Amino acid sequence: MFSRAYKVTVSLPPVLWGAIFLLVPYALMFAYSFWSVSESQTIVHSWSFANYGELLSKPVYHQTLLRSAWIAARVTLLSLLLGYPVAYLLSFHSGGKKNLLYQLVIIPLWVSYLVRAYAWKTILGTDGVLNTVLQYFHLTHHPLEFLLYSPFAVVLTLTHIYTPFTFLPIFASLEHIPRNLAEASHDLGASRVETFRRVILPLSVPGVLAGATFAFVLSFGDFLAPLLLGGSSGIMISNIVVNLFGASYQWPLGAAISFCMLALVVLLLWVSERLERKWAYS
Amino acid sequence: MGNEPQAAELEARASLPGRNQDSTLLSIRSIAKTFGKPTVLHGISLDVAEGEFLTILGESGSGKTTLLRIIAGFEQATSGEVWMSGGRLDPLPPYRRRVNTVFQSYALFPHLTVEENVAYGPRVAKLPAEEIRTRVGEALAKVRMEGFAKYKPSKISGGQQQRIALARALVNRPKLLLLDEPLSALDANLRRQMQIELKTLQREVGITFIFVTHDQEEAMVMSDRIALLHAGELEQVAPPDEIYSRPATAYAAQFIGHTNLLEAEIRNSVARAGGLSWMVQLPDGRATFSLRPECIRRAQGSDAVSVARFRARVLDHAFHGASELVRVQVGDSQILTVRTADRGRLRGDVELEFDAGDAVPVRGPKE
Repeated sequence: MFSRAYKVTVSLPPVLWGAIFLLVPYALMFAYSFWSVSESQTIVHSWSFANYGELLSKPVYHQTLLRSAWIAARVTLLSLLLGYPVAYLLSFHSGGKKNLLYQLVIIPLWVSYLVRAYAWKTILGTDGVLNTVLQYFHLTHHPLEFLLYSPFAVVLTLTHIYTPFTFLPIFASLEHIPRNLAEASHDLGASRVETFRRVILPLSVPGVLAGATFAFVLSFGDFLAPLLLGGSSGIMISNIVVNLFGASYQWPLGAAISFCMLALVVLLLWVSERLERKWAYS
Repeated sequence: MGNEPQAAELEARASLPGRNQDSTLLSIRSIAKTFGKPTVLHGISLDVAEGEFLTILGESGSGKTTLLRIIAGFEQATSGEVWMSGGRLDPLPPYRRRVNTVFQSYALFPHLTVEENVAYGPRVAKLPAEEIRTRVGEALAKVRMEGFAKYKPSKISGGQQQRIALARALVNRPKLLLLDEPLSALDANLRRQMQIELKTLQREVGITFIFVTHDQEEAMVMSDRIALLHAGELEQVAPPDEIYSRPATAYAAQFIGHTNLLEAEIRNSVARAGGLSWMVQLPDGRATFSLRPECIRRAQGSDAVSVARFRARVLDHAFHGASELVRVQVGDSQILTVRTADRGRLRGDVELEFDAGDAVPVRGPKE
């Protein structure tokens, strides 16, 4: 059908792109994770598992890794709890205002991530909007310190930023459900609640999985929100990686941690893909 | 225009001849529906008997699906009432009605197996597990789909999906089953087979069926009675043979089968239309008559006054399997269609006749 030359020409750019910007960097990173840094601050190309050993033995690394996963899990749960009802209401009960409301949900995505993270800083700070209001109404006498520079602030900000990412695939999967299935369910005696539980929810599982994967993977690797709002208790694994590749010049250890993160994310994507396939119905 | 007598007449026709009121299952009373500006249904009244197979026949846009959705509860009527077994039906939500629907596109749950689809209603109704199993087995056996219990709907054919949709509805033992063009997605052969199966099944289970279709042949084959809907109004409600042989309106006559519509002038019990004239027992004035093509035949030399004889010239032939439709010209301008089994024999100038009683007076198109 298509000539060989045509096929090669068409597929070359994406293949090259993938090779140059994905395969080669990952291979380099993988290699670096086995090397070390000498006294004289040069990379020594000798192979060992020392970096992985350090990752396991030093609590700061593996505990931060776990805390990052825990923060990402909370963000995922919260953005599902926020995103699903909005997607459901919009898809099934928004009448003629669906497009308008959809835009309203999407609008935050047009605003720079940085601006939104900074906005939370002005809201949560000791003389921020929230503390000022609380003190004005004499609900507290001193500004609440835990609001900013804490895991709480990080979870809150990341939830705000990634909820649209969970909303979108859930909304898409709900929009995909033929409307006469809900009617058929009512017709067979099921109330709205029962119809949701037996028909709508199971059929939207692929969207939920995709949304959860987005929220988890994106917030797990986030470094700006913890940098701006996390303080010392809200630090995440990416901050450590940034530091290792920067000021402390520990590229091999940074590469080892990055590789663990990558492995975790790939594993997650694989599980999610498997589950999605199991729940896909066509 | 005399709208009132027409409505009264329709009402009389809509109520069931020879059946007492106790056997009425569903009673549709002056149902009207408007979507914003356009009126979809104008005051429909119709009684449906227990165990009846009633077809709502109409072209697309006639309001037939809207009427069905009002009975199912997916749509609220703008005015009017629906009664079932002596109680109001229209205020109930769909899940509280003992009415089930077979949807046009079947609407099987794609994430459930055939068996789980059929078990949906009984499970929602929280029937004991043992009874659910028995009922699902029976329902699948009834539509001859026992072997497919574990399949997902996407793995079976359209005709099989149709059967499952039917089983999923029947398993709930509804008092009334609504079928929204369930055969329209099937090819012609399967469709004919399913028509007969469906009719047989309906007799077996004894459940009242309301079947919606735009296909007049389908309606003729399956129904006890046909309710012909046109632009949101009932044209005629009658058994198939009656609606065919005694159409009430010009629309009914044209929609169901072929017909010749004759605009006649009646004077002294003789109706004249173009080159035709025949005896009638109607007052003087203008009237529209329907004359079926098969009622016209080659003249057989009868002198009876009840037979109308005329000369005509054959224009063309159209082959229709067992019979042939021949267009003939009578006088200067009148063209009639004649159905004949003598293929190709009707040629040139011919002498034809029909029984005066076969020219049925119908209500003309509305001005």
